[in-house]
Parts: sequence; C-alpha cells; structure tokens
Amino acid sequence: MIQQLVFVAVLAVVSLLAFRSYRHIYKSIMLGKDFSTSGPSGERWKNVLLVAFGQKKMFKRIIPAVLHGFIYVAFLFTQIELIEIIVDGVFGVHRFFAGALGGLYTLIINSIEFLSLGALISTIIFLWRRNMLKVPRLVMPEMKGWPTLDANNILIAEIVLITAIFTMNAADGLLQNIDPTHFPDSGPLLLSGIVGKTLFSGLSAGTLHILERVGWWIHILVVFGFLLYLPLSKHLHILLAFPNVFFAKLKSRGEMSNMPDIMNEVKSMMGLGDPNAEEAPMTEELPDFGSKDIFDLSWKNLLDAYTCTECGRCSSVCPASGTGKKLSPRKIMMDIRDRTTEVAANLKENNYDTKGYDDGKSLFDYISDEELFACTTCTACVEACPVMIDPLEPILELRRYKILTESAGPSDWTPMFTSLENTGAVWQMPSERFDWAKPLTEENS
Amino acid sequence: MKVYTLAEYAGMDTEPEILFWVGCAGSFDPRAQKITQSLVKILHHAGIKYAVLGNEESCTGDPARRAGNEFIFQMMALQNIEVLNMYKVNKIVTACPHCFNTLKNEYPELGGNYEVVHHTTLIQQLIEEGKLTIEGGAFQGKTIAYHDSCYLGRVNNIYEAPRDILNKLDGDLKEAPRNRSKGFCCGAGGAQVFKEEEESSTNKKVNGERVGELLETKPDIIAANCPYCILMMNDGVKAKGKDEDVMVYDISELIVQANKW
Repeated sequence: MIQQLVFVAVLAVVSLLAFRSYRHIYKSIMLGKDFSTSGPSGERWKNVLLVAFGQKKMFKRIIPAVLHGFIYVAFLFTQIELIEIIVDGVFGVHRFFAGALGGLYTLIINSIEFLSLGALISTIIFLWRRNMLKVPRLVMPEMKGWPTLDANNILIAEIVLITAIFTMNAADGLLQNIDPTHFPDSGPLLLSGIVGKTLFSGLSAGTLHILERVGWWIHILVVFGFLLYLPLSKHLHILLAFPNVFFAKLKSRGEMSNMPDIMNEVKSMMGLGDPNAEEAPMTEELPDFGSKDIFDLSWKNLLDAYTCTECGRCSSVCPASGTGKKLSPRKIMMDIRDRTTEVAANLKENNYDTKGYDDGKSLFDYISDEELFACTTCTACVEACPVMIDPLEPILELRRYKILTESAGPSDWTPMFTSLENTGAVWQMPSERFDWAKPLTEENS
Repeated sequence: MKVYTLAEYAGMDTEPEILFWVGCAGSFDPRAQKITQSLVKILHHAGIKYAVLGNEESCTGDPARRAGNEFIFQMMALQNIEVLNMYKVNKIVTACPHCFNTLKNEYPELGGNYEVVHHTTLIQQLIEEGKLTIEGGAFQGKTIAYHDSCYLGRVNNIYEAPRDILNKLDGDLKEAPRNRSKGFCCGAGGAQVFKEEEESSTNKKVNGERVGELLETKPDIIAANCPYCILMMNDGVKAKGKDEDVMVYDISELIVQANKW
C-alpha cells in the first residue's frame, strides 16, 4: 500500500515535470517561422514508415545499424512491459498482464529479454567505440564536454536499466515457485531463468523479494529519469525523429527556397511586374533578408536541430569537414539548438512572446563566417542524415543574411557578382559568349 | 559546322527540337569550351536539330544564389526566362549539372517551365534510339574512373546514364571508393570555385582529396559530367604531378575521341 502511494506520487510528479519540460521544447521549436508543408501526405507517411520506423537510412552503415537496431527494437518492445509496470504500480497488482495474456505474455517477456541482451551487448560496444576506439566522427571538436558526457550518460543508464530488468525477472521467476499466489506464473523465462539459477539460487524468499522490488523500482525510476532527461539531451531523437521525418522537405533537393520579395523587386526593376499591383510602401529601413537568428529560420530547421542525435554522419561525409575546414554540419545543427535553448530559456518567463526580444546576440555568436562560406552545397550531409535533417538550408539562409543584409562575405566573390551584374557571365571576359563556336565554323569552312 | 542561334531560327520556317544551354564555363573557359564543341559534334552527327542562345544567354544565376546573392540570381533568372519564353523554348539540354539543376528545379517557381535534360541522359537516349553509335577500340585496355558530380548525382539522382555510356567505350570502368549517392564533391559547388578555400587544419584541398581517391583506381582517364568538376580535377591531377599520365575528360569528349570526330 505504501509502495502504491509512493508510486502514484512519483508518477504524478514525473508527469507534471515532463509535461512542463516537453511543452517548453515544443514552444522552443515553435519560435521558428512557419513554412509551407504542402505536398502529398502519402509521401510523408511513407517516409515515416521507412525512414523513421524502419530506420532505412541507418543501413547505409551496417554495423552501427544492427547495433542501434537492437537498442531500438528492445526499446519499442519494452514499452509493453512499461505499461504493465505502471498498471501494477498504480493498482498495487503484480504482473497484471501475465494472467490475461497467458502464453503470449511468456513470448513477449522472453522477446524483451533477448532484445535486452542484444541491447546490452550493443551498448557495451557503443561505449567502446566512443571511448576506446574513438571512431573519428564521435570525437570531433564539437563533441568535447557535454555532448560526450550526454552520450555516455545514456549508455550507462541503459546498462543500469537492463541490469534492473534481469534482476527483477530473475528474482520474480524464483518467487513464482515459492509464493505462487503473489507471483503469477509468467511461464518459463529463458534468460532470466539462467540469471536466477546462477546468481540467486539458494537465496531466501525475503531476499528475493527485496531483489525483485529493487529491480522493479530501479527499472521504473531509470525510465522516469530518462523521460525527464530526454529534453536536455541529444536523445530527444527517439521521439522527434518521427515528426522530423514527416515534415522533411519533399521538393527536389536541388531547389533553394525562393525569396518572393526579392523576385518581385527585381521584376518591377526590369519592368516585368504586374502593372496592377499596388506599389509597396516605401520604408526608410531596408528589410532584413536571410536568417540572422532562430526567429528567421523555419520551425522545421529548429525541429531538425532538436532531433539531431549528434551521430556525425553528416560531418563525416562533408567535403569541408573532411579536409580540415572549420565547417561541420553537425556543429551547425548543435549551434542552432543551443541558441534556441538559450533564447527559449529567456523567453519562458514572458510566455514565449518574442516581440522586441533582443539579448544582443544572434546565431552569428555561435557560427562563424568561415564555417558558412566553406560549404560546397554538395548535399552529402542531407543524404547522410538517418532522420532527414537538412543542415544545408540554414547554412544557405545564414549566407543570405551575410551577403544581402550585411554585404559581407568573401571578397573573392565580389568580382563574380560584379561580372554577373554587368555582363551576365561569372567571369569578366574580353571575348563574347558565343565565341566558342568560331573554331567549329572554321573547321568545315 | 555552323551552330545556329534561336534568333537565326526565328527567321526560318523550321524550329529546332532542342535548345543547347551552354553555360558560362562552356562558353568562356578554354578547357570547358572543348566540352561544348564535343556536344555540338555529337548533336550534329546524331542529326538533332538544335540551337543555342549565343550572346543572348546569361548565367543561370546558380553561383549567385548559392553564394547567398538572391538579387543577382533573380536578375539572371528572370532575364533568361524572358528570353526562353519569348522563343517558346520547350526542351533544353545542357552539359553543366549546375545549369541543369537551376533550369530544371528553380526556374519553374519563377515562371520558367521547360523539359530539361542533362547531356548524358540525352546521349544515352540517342544511343538507345540508334541515332548515335560509339565506335569501339579507342579505349581498349584503358582504365576509366568515373566521378559523380554532386548536382547530377546526389542532387538529381542521375547515376546510371553516364555509366551506361561509359560502359560502351570498351574501356575498363572503375568506381571511385565513394560513388553514387556517396560520391565526394570536387570542391567547386556552392560558388566555391570562385574563391579560395578556407583554412584547413590538415592543409587539404577538396579536389586533392577527391583526385587522390580516384587515382587509387589507377586510371588512365578520369571521366566526369560537369565542367566545374573537370576544372577542379584537372588542377588536382596537376597538383599531384600526374597530368602526364591521367587525363580528365567529359563523357561527351570521350565519345568524340572514340568516333574520331
């Protein structure tokens, strides 16, 4: 009874805290601009099914895909057990589903145990890859400090969780024989049966009961802790991957977003504008073009940033990162998230009202010109991301701000711009455009 | 071999089937002009009625847009669309994947709707239709390494047409370690070709990296589909002191060589 009360109290507090912190994440992402989500929703659902649920893009690298797959599938399956734990906890019952589901229950719990073993092995390999093997993409400069600690925290929590599951099930299995009225038959559990036999045999019913409770409580407390930790962590991808894939751009990757204001301005300059259109009111100040801060990015860009799990596949294929330049697409996404987190924390008290917000900072305090101008727009990062994040779009939007609003940017580009404006060619040439045909004409004449 | 412009066609009572969009590199760069001339020869020999814009063509605006200069992009694009629509152009072929991408994917939103094909796709079609044959022999015993350009490959998903053509050349076609959707950039895109690269902690250049891995296949020829890739890789091959042994060609040039045109 006391346990039941404690559980309900913990559940209530965790739910409240979780609600507040996930609401904060939602509000943070919504600080971004609205964008068009047109296009066939069938295509979007297909992406959710294949890329998010089916993890299709993970399989470009088979080893991490399989290892990650174990953790992912184990996580999905464990939700069934989790529901049972909550039901048991709230109503003070034990293994509520065992009686109701019978043989199916045995199958489910055995599956969870096998997947958990796979997840445990994967977790240990992941810790080794990250900390001992030092896979290059996992130890790049932007991973120093918190990002690495964050990744290790989760992996260690994973090990604690799985240990708790096996402790709980192993003790429970033995108690089913000793006290069948309180411990309903789950059917034979293969893996925890072995754990029970080797580690717990000969222990008294009292000790087993304590072990079972300790396992049960650690399990659920790690889950609750994980739930509250997620919003502070790169591990938010386990939830956000799904909406992120759904809202991913369906248009051609080669199409940069159009800027209608500039298009119309140029049209009227060229005398191509709609003659009936009302003339835009003249304003003293020139409007800002491109993106300077998170408010100028779309909420999809911000969702991208919160979905990023810092795997670094983007940066490992980036020609700039790969040749020792400062640009790293992953860092761009991490910077956007960090800046959004900073702004959102300041705006929280003000009910996220962005009007007149100015903390004297912008994304350019996080991202340097050197990074922005090193991008070749090759889209390797876009292709590489397993959860359809687009690091290229914000890079180009920030570039637009630099060039259009600040008139900054590499001085090497100035002659190209001037030449385009004056002659319509990227190089200022003494010859005429059509001169290339002259040798051909002479050839046969 | 006379190359007609759309303006010249306007005075005749016949219309060209396709407009050949040459692009800045193909028009002005001495190396890339050879690609333009090769494609002209191919179109000529295949009996395709084509025209060019000649001096009426401007840059598509791709480098300006990707550098962040939307004003200049719009100036270029709207002007080109004016010209293209005036001549009622339906179909365009280009040897430049950057022009291809912008014409195909970015002009529609600005009012320019055309069927746009890259020259490798067109050449493959001409071969399939029997309008173009490739003489065997010229590349026997030669190793050809193929480089996917980003804007044809990853951006527009065209991987097979260039390979199909290269397979007809009698050479030994080799794949780069990173190919197709994993292809590695030459370093030119996003207006990089018009500026110096940023500082590198490892003193590496993008084209050096790419050429390095292509050379691992021990090629006699590096084949590409983009004039900017070809400029970058020529420089890369030269920087590695291999310009005596390895030649960099566009696919159209290889056909012209095979057929001794």
